[in-house]
Amino acid sequence: MSFNINEYYSNLSKGDVILAYKGSITSELINEVLEAVEGKLEDGNEDGKTRKKLYNVLVESLQNLYHHIEETHEGIDEDLDPKFGILVIEKDSDGDYKVITGNFVSVVKTKFLKEKIDKINSLSKDELKDMYKFILNHQKISAKGGGGLGLVDIARKTGKKMLYNFYDYNEKYVFFDLQILI
Amino acid sequence: MESLIIEGTSKTPNVVFERDNGKLEIKGRSIPENSIEFYKPLVDWLEEYAHSPLDRTEVNVHLEYFNTSSSKCILDVFKKLETIHKNKYDVQINWYYEEDDEDMLEAGEDYESIIRVPFKMIEIVD
Repeated sequence: MSFNINEYYSNLSKGDVILAYKGSITSELINEVLEAVEGKLEDGNEDGKTRKKLYNVLVESLQNLYHHIEETHEGIDEDLDPKFGILVIEKDSDGDYKVITGNFVSVVKTKFLKEKIDKINSLSKDELKDMYKFILNHQKISAKGGGGLGLVDIARKTGKKMLYNFYDYNEKYVFFDLQILI
Repeated sequence: MESLIIEGTSKTPNVVFERDNGKLEIKGRSIPENSIEFYKPLVDWLEEYAHSPLDRTEVNVHLEYFNTSSSKCILDVFKKLETIHKNKYDVQINWYYEEDDEDMLEAGEDYESIIRVPFKMIEIVD
């Protein structure tokens, strides 16, 4: 097998890990993560600005996972929870925070996702602002959430390019990871 | 028509819309997974209020965090206020942000540039 989820996961958490989770991404899990991270950040002496940015990025990336994750994983051999996803929050050697999310994405969606992130990564601060305002004002909100505002918001708040990988898994799915630096 | 009062939770803000004095307040965090559900009563209340608003409506928005799913719903709330303002009633939106929270200030300015209602940005200094 080309991609092994457990191997991938154990290789992820190399830095100073604040939180690492793999399993179902539910509303309750999001609550728990936010509460835990908030507690940890308050204990540390992180400045308010960074704390807020990290919290915002966490909310958006977790809710992106929650809304877009595949309910079931047809043809995936490993014993995975429904709504399976991965979240790792770590502090790297430069003292920057890194949020990594991972989930299986059906092959047909990868092109759209790749183009969307590449587009966002190519935009300047002002262009991101315009894009955000355009989507906010013109796109209908769906039951799925912000109608595509999440990644734009993350890019605006962090001011950094998002990194991503698609790992081939099987005919139907790839494993997608998104790395956000704060 | 009665006032609208919704108690805040760790994911949703405290809401106090007072019919008697036209003071409306949204305060706290707005990060629910399903924002439409949370904001529907606010939009409905404003829809009714818009039929016979007070001469002056003052709106205080004091959010610590809000997610992108809420951002659209907040815009819907503001659009209702814009309608009231268009009908020649006095409407003022006070957008509170904490000291150094540039992201929150910028979010307020985004709304200000979209919605035709007077905004006031108010920095809260500890």
